[in-house]
Amino acid sequence: MKRIIQAIVIVTLSALVSHNSIKAAPINFNRDIRPILSDRCFHCHGPAEEHREADLRLDQPDGEQGALSDRDGSTAVKPGDLEASALWHRITTEDEGEQMPPSDSNKPALSLKEQQLFKQWILEGAKYDDFWAFIPPKRTDTPQVKNEAWRTGMIDPYIMARLEEEGKQPKTEADKRTLIRRVTFDLTGLPPTLAEINAFLEDDSPEAYTKLVDRLLEEKSYGEHMARYWADLVRLADTNGMHKDFYRNFSTYRSWLIRSFNDNLKFDDFIKYQVAGDLYDKPKEDQLIASGFNRLHMIIDRGTALPEESHHKNVLDRVEAIGTAFLGLTIQCAQCHKHKYDPITQKEFYQLYAFFNNFDGAPETGGKPKGGIQSPSIVLSASEDEQREAGVVAMVMKDRATPKETHILIRGAYDSPGEKVERNTPAFLPPLKKKEGAYSRMDLAQWLVDPQHPLTARVTVNRFWQQLFGVGLVKTSHDFGAQGEWPSHPELLDELAVSFVKSGWDVKQLVRAMVLSKTYRQSSDAKPAEYVSDPENRLLARGARYRMDAEMIRDQIIMLSGKLNRKMYGESVKPPQPPGLWEAVSMAAPFTYVADKDDNIYRRSFYTYWRRALPPPQMTIMNAPSREFCTPRRERTNTPLQALLLMNEQEFFKAAKACAILTLEETNNDVDQGLTLLYEKVTSHLPATDRLELLRDTLDEFRVMYSKSKELTESLAPELTDMKYEQRVEIAAWTMMTHSLLNLELAKVKR
Amino acid sequence: MTNKFQQFCDLQNRRQFIKQASIGLGAAAASGMAMPATAALPAGCHHPPKAKRVIFLFMAGAPSQVDLFDYKPNLEKLHGQPLPKEISKGQRVTTMTRGKEQVICAPIFKFAPQGESGIQMSELLPHLSTMADDLCLIKSTHTEAINHDPGKTFFCTGKEQPGGASMGAWLSYGLGSLNKELPDFIVLTSAFWSGKVNVQALYSRLWGTGFLPSKHQGVAFQTVGDPVLFLSNPPGVDRKIRHKMLDFVAKVNQQQQKLTGDPEIQTSLTQQEMAFRMQMSVPELTDLTDESKDALDMYGPEVHKTGSFARNCLLARRMAERDVRFIQLFHRGWDHHSNLPTHLRGQAKDVDQPIAGLLKDLKQRGLLEDTLVVFAGEFGRTTFAQGKKDRNSYGRDHHPRCFTTWMAGGGIKGGMSYGETDDFCYNVVKDPVHIRDFHATMLHQMGIDHNRLSVPHQGLDQRLTGVEPSRVVKEIIA
Repeated sequence: MKRIIQAIVIVTLSALVSHNSIKAAPINFNRDIRPILSDRCFHCHGPAEEHREADLRLDQPDGEQGALSDRDGSTAVKPGDLEASALWHRITTEDEGEQMPPSDSNKPALSLKEQQLFKQWILEGAKYDDFWAFIPPKRTDTPQVKNEAWRTGMIDPYIMARLEEEGKQPKTEADKRTLIRRVTFDLTGLPPTLAEINAFLEDDSPEAYTKLVDRLLEEKSYGEHMARYWADLVRLADTNGMHKDFYRNFSTYRSWLIRSFNDNLKFDDFIKYQVAGDLYDKPKEDQLIASGFNRLHMIIDRGTALPEESHHKNVLDRVEAIGTAFLGLTIQCAQCHKHKYDPITQKEFYQLYAFFNNFDGAPETGGKPKGGIQSPSIVLSASEDEQREAGVVAMVMKDRATPKETHILIRGAYDSPGEKVERNTPAFLPPLKKKEGAYSRMDLAQWLVDPQHPLTARVTVNRFWQQLFGVGLVKTSHDFGAQGEWPSHPELLDELAVSFVKSGWDVKQLVRAMVLSKTYRQSSDAKPAEYVSDPENRLLARGARYRMDAEMIRDQIIMLSGKLNRKMYGESVKPPQPPGLWEAVSMAAPFTYVADKDDNIYRRSFYTYWRRALPPPQMTIMNAPSREFCTPRRERTNTPLQALLLMNEQEFFKAAKACAILTLEETNNDVDQGLTLLYEKVTSHLPATDRLELLRDTLDEFRVMYSKSKELTESLAPELTDMKYEQRVEIAAWTMMTHSLLNLELAKVKR
Repeated sequence: MTNKFQQFCDLQNRRQFIKQASIGLGAAAASGMAMPATAALPAGCHHPPKAKRVIFLFMAGAPSQVDLFDYKPNLEKLHGQPLPKEISKGQRVTTMTRGKEQVICAPIFKFAPQGESGIQMSELLPHLSTMADDLCLIKSTHTEAINHDPGKTFFCTGKEQPGGASMGAWLSYGLGSLNKELPDFIVLTSAFWSGKVNVQALYSRLWGTGFLPSKHQGVAFQTVGDPVLFLSNPPGVDRKIRHKMLDFVAKVNQQQQKLTGDPEIQTSLTQQEMAFRMQMSVPELTDLTDESKDALDMYGPEVHKTGSFARNCLLARRMAERDVRFIQLFHRGWDHHSNLPTHLRGQAKDVDQPIAGLLKDLKQRGLLEDTLVVFAGEFGRTTFAQGKKDRNSYGRDHHPRCFTTWMAGGGIKGGMSYGETDDFCYNVVKDPVHIRDFHATMLHQMGIDHNRLSVPHQGLDQRLTGVEPSRVVKEIIA
């Protein structure tokens, strides 16, 4: 606990230091005061009535219980007057009985710095501002910066303005090899080929990089890569996730995702198709497939669970997905009571719930659904680009003809209905367009993508930013509410959101602007002190550097072996797994994981079968989520199990062997040439002289070790019986060399 | 790097090393407990801990408290009668018995007082009965879930919905590591069991981290192949070659760190060193050749089978010796909707001698004092019969309103029962212990205040015990 408190204090302090290093900067309520109020005070003095103490709410200035209101001669906050502000007394007193937050609340007292912020705020007039994320984004004038080279474009002036404010310098542009490796991984999830590297190096025109980016945006692998992030967000998986954990087939939805990103489907349509694709007049196949979004939640099979409870859980899960994926709000917190931090009432939660409470299908699957499909579903026609034959089935969303009544559920219990409610959206957000009769899911979808909606575009551009830079402009990409974090560059976030909407929700254009920025192209090399002072690179004074996702690491290894199967679309595949993986958890057949036999085992990781009860360990060990719930942001840790995975996963090791053999063939057994080529394949760079020397020495040592051990040499590649022993030693040594390179930071870290 | 690896390889007698290390740490903790509260506490503790580690025996599927622990002499008289409405109080039941008549069914198993304390135990648990004076039966445990999936998820993570952090993850997060060569949290699942019907599934979320950093997640040991996934070197790689390879990787990575300034590279090096150590410490942990025959015999004949519950109990003791913080065993096969007498007999046999053996073994080695051993399923079973009402083939449905769990060691009073249920074994009538209270008590014994172990996530201060009030069951603490 001490550690946690320490960590919080350090984080808070460093945030304060970075925000307030310039003296006399006026207080910004949303940035400086609201987060502290939200964290320490709102629990008892916030929006939630049930827990409100002393009839005081600090989330509002006015009203009977408001912070600035006179309460029998005393005031919680009196603008300009510290002495008359009870709050000031309460947060600074040493009297335990008076102190706020109270000592038994388990909330830390305000630090001196925090107290100073409150002091300044009160003295400056205790101004409350509406919560930033609930006001529509608006453009501000592009900031004036001294550095001429950073004055253009949608992004760089904003980043530079903050850097200049902090007295920091950006890095120069990364070298061309680093750049092509970074941007190729970022846009396609795969490393550049040597031919691609050479073409880029040879192109010394000023547009070389722009041309490269434009080529990558047209690669088919772009859609596969972008869709993967979406799959985490909407918990796309191959099984029910509960009880017998049956197969659940969403391969058509996955294919649709890939095509949508590749075809650059306008993102407002992308959202509308998913939320309400089934409600278009004469919906197209794609719109129906996309509406399967509403079916991606975990689902139980028929057994001992009560169907009405399962129905409720499914609806909750759908609403939570809308909250997380589009609104960036933890609206599910309001299912039992008024949200403690955000202005969402329980009634409003159930008004949203009402949009999804009308599913025309069973709340549970039958035993072992045929083909992983549960009604309602549609039979698709043949498609050329997907090479899909006619007759493939897709699960879709469908409403009942007569809407089901929705009630507030008291304390969130499915069997305690309270007041009846009608479909609507929360009052703190813009209203739905007036219409006759009840609102439909389509109205909700339309509302989400209304240009005046304060959240959808911000939340979306922030996630793309996070995908490319490692951390969002709002770090809490799952929470844009009061408990979320103040953006590192608020004006930039708004600029991106507004221009994204203006562009017609053009994702490729947005991503293109991001990767073409000077900000993105900076070198990530820095002094250790710079890493210490800004570990998450929030100021963007250097390029991004972090370990790549599991899928990128695996796909790279398979690609280097020359075996990557680029087939797209279709049902999920099963690459080999260690024995006994499923037996430990299964309750119904299949108990045993049976790997595919053909070259499906070399498909990109995005197509790997995702069993929610036990997702592929090659992925989860590297922080892939279980896909049981919506995950807007993967964690990134560094653990011994990850080291073991890269050291010992047998398919990875086999791939290293295949890569070694290929390289030996390509270089005719010339050692220096071979090592250089191998190094370049794995890292996209050429080895410096001393590194080449180290490679040579290490290869020699491996060679000596294998020549001394027939047993090891033979067991490394038992299939090479036709070969002479010396040749087998050679292959063993080169395999170890390749394997060693694949375990380097250079291979697994985006830089 | 080389030096560290070398030192490690040079450790001639690993067992000696581990023995010394554990004695050292044990002594420190013992003196810590004797010290007043103002003295320095172990990392992460809010108060002096009574236990350093937990062995959690999770009986997945929900064993029948009616037939094993909660003796109700009156049931024999009530057998065959309908359960009075004022007792069932409209309690929701699963779809299997909904709308059906609820006929009371007395257990066919005999109960007898055991040990000096005279705790009543079922004849199905003869070995465990000999340890009765070390057990604290909590007969008033209760929960909300009536189905396995949410029930297990609730017990293991404090929430019915997926996404919560598991018990072991919380402890690893809150208290940190005692051991640099093994994970803080290890999960052992039985590969086979006797009750062949309704075998309930497990999910990796039961030992997941939810919103906590994933390094705290449980490492599930495999019963086939490597105990830890990807532990063994691939064919053609031995320890020397692995050492060479890691040396090379360390050299290049260190050069890269100088060039690029990235401190994360150092972390990777440390993790690779740990991985290399685990390649030795894990096989050493699972290698039972140094166990005496007497020790093995305590756990019963099944200890010789890989993947048995008995073997896992023995491994749990070896992990406790090595200061793994949270060791969780899962034994499936307790979901006895029909033919309970047959299946329960088998299940009880699976676990009876191994658990008794584990407790004795821990006690003999002085480890029971600071190891909290816990036994629980996700809920209980109904006092009324499901399916055939026949005395030899009755079944029982799920029952959340009362069930029996127990704790032993780790500063818990032995030889006591806590909480009471009514004559029907249907409702708690005295000293209810919600799973939240159970969690709070477990954390308390580990030195943690359950209200203070929290992290902000999704707008809430997340705790293992959630937002509803919960209490430490002080009455059972020694």
